[in-house]
Amino acid sequence: MLHTLAVLVENNPGVLARISGLFARRAYNIYSLTVCQTENPSLSLMTIVVEGDSQVIEQVTKQLHKQVVVHKVSNLTNEAVVDRELALIRVKVRAETRLEVLQTVDVFRGRVVDMGRSNLTIELTGDEDKINAFIRTMRPYGIQELVRTGKIAIARSDN
Amino acid sequence: MSKCKEDIYFARDPEITWEDVEVLSKHTLNGAKVLLDVMAEEGVEIVFGYPGGALLAVYDALLDSPIKHVLPRHEQTAVHAADAYARVSGKVGVCMATSGPGAANMVTGIANAYMDSVPLVIITGQVPTHLLGTDSFQEVDITGMTLPITKHSYLVKNAKDIPRIVKEAFYIAGTGRPGPVLIDLPKNVMAEEVHDPRPPKIALKSYKYFSKGNAGQIEEAAKALAQSKKPVVYAGGGVITSGAEQVLQELIEKANIPVVTTLMGIGSVPAKHPNYLGMVGMHGTITANLAVNDCDLLIAVGVRFDDRVTSGLKHKFATKAKIIHIDIDPAEIGKVVKAHIPIVGDARLVLEDLLQKVTPLEISPWWEQLRAWAKQYPLSYEQDGRLNPQTILKAMGEIGGENAIVCTDVGQHQMWAAQFYPVTGGRKFITSAGLGTMGFGFPAAIGAQFAKPDSLVFLVTGDGSFQMSIQELATTVQYELPIKIILMNNGVLGMVKQLQKMFCNERFSQIQLHANPDFVKVAEAYGVKGLRIESPEQVDVVLKEAIETPGPVLVDCHISPDEIVLPTLPPGKTITDILEGRE
Repeated sequence: MLHTLAVLVENNPGVLARISGLFARRAYNIYSLTVCQTENPSLSLMTIVVEGDSQVIEQVTKQLHKQVVVHKVSNLTNEAVVDRELALIRVKVRAETRLEVLQTVDVFRGRVVDMGRSNLTIELTGDEDKINAFIRTMRPYGIQELVRTGKIAIARSDN
Repeated sequence: MSKCKEDIYFARDPEITWEDVEVLSKHTLNGAKVLLDVMAEEGVEIVFGYPGGALLAVYDALLDSPIKHVLPRHEQTAVHAADAYARVSGKVGVCMATSGPGAANMVTGIANAYMDSVPLVIITGQVPTHLLGTDSFQEVDITGMTLPITKHSYLVKNAKDIPRIVKEAFYIAGTGRPGPVLIDLPKNVMAEEVHDPRPPKIALKSYKYFSKGNAGQIEEAAKALAQSKKPVVYAGGGVITSGAEQVLQELIEKANIPVVTTLMGIGSVPAKHPNYLGMVGMHGTITANLAVNDCDLLIAVGVRFDDRVTSGLKHKFATKAKIIHIDIDPAEIGKVVKAHIPIVGDARLVLEDLLQKVTPLEISPWWEQLRAWAKQYPLSYEQDGRLNPQTILKAMGEIGGENAIVCTDVGQHQMWAAQFYPVTGGRKFITSAGLGTMGFGFPAAIGAQFAKPDSLVFLVTGDGSFQMSIQELATTVQYELPIKIILMNNGVLGMVKQLQKMFCNERFSQIQLHANPDFVKVAEAYGVKGLRIESPEQVDVVLKEAIETPGPVLVDCHISPDEIVLPTLPPGKTITDILEGRE
C-alpha cells in the first residue's frame, strides 16, 4: 500500500542525501519525493510517497524520527488531506485533432501553456488519478514529452 | 625553514603558504584551538589520532592543549582504541585523522562503533572549502561515505560554528542510544579566527531521547511477570551502557528469574551468578537457547534481536512467550519481533521502576527444568592432553582476578572467550559484536588500558586477527602499555575453517595462514616480551609469568587447528531442530 509522509526537515545542504540514503539502505521503496521550502526558511518539507505494509511504515517513521535533521513526521495517508500533482505534457496535434484536444483539456480544466505547429503543451494540476486519466486520454494523439512532479499534500482544516 | 613533505601539500594549494602557517600558529583563537578548548571543556582527556596535512593546525594547537594525544600506527587503530576507551570508561571516545586516506581508514572503525552503539566523536581533516568537490589532493567525501554508519555528522563551513557543533556532537554521541558523530573540518576553517569561542546552550529542537519508561507499561510488565511461570531475562549491551548491572541483579534475585545475555551483554550479570544461564544464540549455551525457546515471558532489555541470537528466524523465536521489550531506541521495538509490552526508556531507569513493583515468583518447576538442561548440556570441551584454548581462558580468569579487562578480536577465540572466560561485571569484556571486525582486539586493548591504566588488560586474539593490527606492538612499547596478549595460534582462519567444515562439505578454501611468522620473535623485535605455551602443563606457569612481567607481553599459544566452537546453532535452525537432529 502507498503511504504519504510529510517530513519536516532542516533546510541544510546534505539533508536530502541523508533522508534518501536512509530509504535506500533500509530497502524502503520511494514512489515519489518532493521537497520544498516552508513558510519558515530554516525548514523544508519533504512529501514522500512510500510503499509498504503498516509494519514497514512504522519502521520508516521511527527511522526518520531518529535523524537529527528531522523535526516532524506525519503520516497523511488516512487523514483528510488535499493533495496535488502538477504535470506538463506535450501532445502531438494535427489540424483535425487540435480542436478535440483543446476540448479535452478544457474538460480536465487544464491550460495550454505553449503551442507549436504540430503540438500543444498542456499544464494540468490535480490528484494523481486525474492526471493519470488525462494522460490516458492524450496517449492516442501521441505524447511527445511528459514531466510531472511528485505529490504535495496539506491537511484539511478542522472547521 | 627546513623542507619537509608538507611542502608538497602546500605547493598543490597555492592559497595556503608557509607564511599562512606561521601566522596560523601564532593565532591565539583559530578554529583548531577553539576545537581543542571546547573538547577539553567537554571533559576530553585523551584523543587517539594520526596527523596529516589537513590537520596541521590542530596538531599545532595540541602542543598547547591539556589534551593527551596517542599516536597509534594506523588510523583504524585510532578509532577502535577510542571505541574501547569509551566502552571501558563510559565516556565519549575521541579520535581524529587527516583528510582523504586518513578519514577513509577510519570507516570500518566508525561502522564498528555504530553497530555496537558506542559514543564517539570523530574529527576528520578536510581539504579547504574552496577545493571541496574538485577531487583535490587527499579529498574524500567522508560525511557522505559515513552517512549510514554515523548517528550524525557535520561538515563545518564556518569557524564560528565550531563551538556549537563540537558541543552538539558530544551531546548527540553520548545521549539516548549512543553512537558515533563525525565532524569534518576543512583546513581553512581551522585556520580562521573565531571571535567568540564560547559554545552556546544546546538548542537541538529536533533531537529528543527518552529516559523514564511509561509508568502504565511498566505496570503491565510487572503484571505479566507476576503471572509468568517460565520467565527469562534476555540482557544486552544496553544494560551495560545505561549502568543497569546492579539493578538487573537485584531484579533477578528478588523475583528469582533466570538470565541469558547477548555477546554485547556479557558482564551485565557476573558469569558465576547462579541465575545466569550463559550466552544465547549461535554459539550460546544450549540451556540459554532452550530457555528462550520455551519461556512464557521474555524480558528483553537493551537488545535488538540480532540474527546471531534469533538465527534469522523471527517467526520461530520465543514463540511461546509474551515479549517485554525495553529499549531506549523506539526504532528497535518491533523492528525484528513484535513486542507485546514495549517500553521505551533507559534500561536502568526502567528496571529501577520495575524493581519496585516486582514480587518474588514461585517458579520452582521452571528452575528444575533449567537445572536439568544445564546438567544435560554443559559447555564442554575435550580434555585429551592437547592444549585447549578453553583451558587457557579458564586459567586466565583465575589468575587474572576479578578486575581484569578482556578485549577480544573476532573469530573462534572470541567465542571461546565469550563462553569460558568468567567475566565478573560490565565494561570488562570488550568485543566487536555487531560488525565482527577482525583486527579490533589489539587497538581495543590499547584503548582499554588508557581508560584503566592500573587494570590488568588481556587481549585474546587469533593469528589471523592479530596480523591485521600487529603493527600496534610499537604503540604498546611507546606508551609502555602492559597489555597481556594471549594469541590463540592455530595457523588457520579457524572460524572460516569451521564454517567450511560444516557448510561446504570440508572443501577448505583459503584458510591456511602459511608463512606465519614466529610471533615470539616478532614481539621481541618490537621490544615486547614473548612467551610460548605448547602444552596444558605450561598454562598456569607461563600465564603467571606474563602477568608478573612488567610491560607488554605476548603469549603465543599453540592450539590445535582442528578445535571448533561448540555448540553451534547454524543460521536458519532453531535449538529444537538441532537437538532433534542429534538424537
